Amino acid sequence: MNEATMREAKNQRWALGIVGFLILVSILSFAVHEYYIYISAYLWFGFIYGMCLQYGRFCFASAFRDLFAVGVPRMVVGIMIATILFSFVSAFVTATGMSTFHAAPTSIAATIAGLVFGVGMVFAGGCASGSLYKTGEGNGVSLLVVLSISITQATFVDIGGWFNRLVPQSWHESALAKKLPAAINAGDGWVDQYLAGYIWNQPIVKFSEMLGLKDASFAGAFLGDFLVGVVLPAAVLLVVVYLFWVRKNHLNKLAKAGKSATFAEELLGWWGMIASSKRTALAGLFLGIACGLQMLVIEGLRIKFGVRNAGTLLSRLGHDFGLSVSGTVFDPGYWYVTTQEAQWVGWVFNKLGWDNMDNIYFGLNNGIPNPAINPADWMSLALIGGAAVMALLSNEFKFKKPTKELAVWAIVGGALMGIGSRLGLGCNVGAFFARVALGDASGWLFGIGMIGGAYIGVKFFNWWTERQMAKEMAAFDL
Amino acid sequence: MAMKFEKKTEGLFMLDVTGYVCPHPQIYTKKALEKMKTGDIVELVFDNPSSSESIAAMCEAQGNEIVEKNMANGKYVWKIKKTADVAALAR
Repeated sequence: MNEATMREAKNQRWALGIVGFLILVSILSFAVHEYYIYISAYLWFGFIYGMCLQYGRFCFASAFRDLFAVGVPRMVVGIMIATILFSFVSAFVTATGMSTFHAAPTSIAATIAGLVFGVGMVFAGGCASGSLYKTGEGNGVSLLVVLSISITQATFVDIGGWFNRLVPQSWHESALAKKLPAAINAGDGWVDQYLAGYIWNQPIVKFSEMLGLKDASFAGAFLGDFLVGVVLPAAVLLVVVYLFWVRKNHLNKLAKAGKSATFAEELLGWWGMIASSKRTALAGLFLGIACGLQMLVIEGLRIKFGVRNAGTLLSRLGHDFGLSVSGTVFDPGYWYVTTQEAQWVGWVFNKLGWDNMDNIYFGLNNGIPNPAINPADWMSLALIGGAAVMALLSNEFKFKKPTKELAVWAIVGGALMGIGSRLGLGCNVGAFFARVALGDASGWLFGIGMIGGAYIGVKFFNWWTERQMAKEMAAFDL
Repeated sequence: MAMKFEKKTEGLFMLDVTGYVCPHPQIYTKKALEKMKTGDIVELVFDNPSSSESIAAMCEAQGNEIVEKNMANGKYVWKIKKTADVAALAR
């Protein structure tokens, strides 16, 4: 057996080991109590997401970044395919009243948040979900990004003191007027006053409701949220990408082949763009379907156990620590990334003595349950596992230590993503992908910001890499 | 390890971006191809799987030819021949 074959066999054993461990977690926890199947549902959807992301090299950061940087549209296409399919499956789920989704307030804050997040994801070399799956490939830079996002969020949501001076008086007064439970100090902390004093005052805008339709109806879900909210904007976006980035090369190829640019040839060029990366398109297809199905499965389990939130299950199991004042924990019912990252660091901070349960984010909404029994944390851990399995099976797994240069980009980028995701109430998945797919207008506003952020990030890296190339090229003539 | 861009012989270059994550490998590859002459070859070494998809798509779109693809132990070694004209690349 040669070295390569031995390495392949070793990789396969590791992949099997990861799958075996996750199966064992599911079986043993179920043996303890049937409620733990709720955590397993999150776990296995996370595993599927990880496999899809790694297989398709599916990173939201690369969508407009690679378009601006190297003219490659594959990820814009992949994301639009995933979004359309997620939206289609979700429309069924929503129309039948099984949706777990809550739309977010819509305002310019979503675009500003997207901009900060967008710069961060280019600096970091991956979005929030991309950094998770790349961690599963053994990438130390991505692990550093995940740590940076997690720590920044957990700190940012509880920071007060001098930062209170940056809060407009109107936010402060509006936050206090909400009369939140006594355990929550809404008048202290920048994020608390931003949420209760500004964000909560903004309107919720869904495409179905803009058309005068009820979102939990077939007309609202399919015509409003799916067709008008997703398919039409996605189609326009893909035409714009074709016209500005792809068409020129397609026309060059046609000219070389002695063909003229007829409408049929233009359509072929557009289709060529869609089909240019089968891996990405296929990953988008499976991701979209899995995302929709997760809502159905989680809502089904909630009905089965007679609960509306995993906090009730944890409480029934005797795990009372870290529940919010209303007895809830973060339990989106669909794919999400950043909040569970903030939660585990929040839990660690709390155990170290930081009283961080008096803020809205942890204390009122999401809680800080023990990461070992936090459903959303298991989704992210299994996502890393799913990506690792795919990377191992394709012999792409490799431990990579971050260099000093990349460590700096990772920490800075992760911090910007952490701040952006809390300003935008989610990341590229929670604030963009899920919201767009479910007809929430704030998702597109966050997306516009991400595009702007990607442009700024690419401009910076163009300058930086040009500088590095010039240093290298000083040694020879070209 | 820092990025390396070296001239090995006339018309043959080596770009080593091992250890770099996105978007560095694809940006450095694009810049190297822009600086090379038509017919030159660059031996590209990288270990970031997601860059492989982007670099392949970039070469396909710009008309540059990937003449050799090797991957072992998570390390990619590709030879890319610049076949596109300069005008097409200078976008």
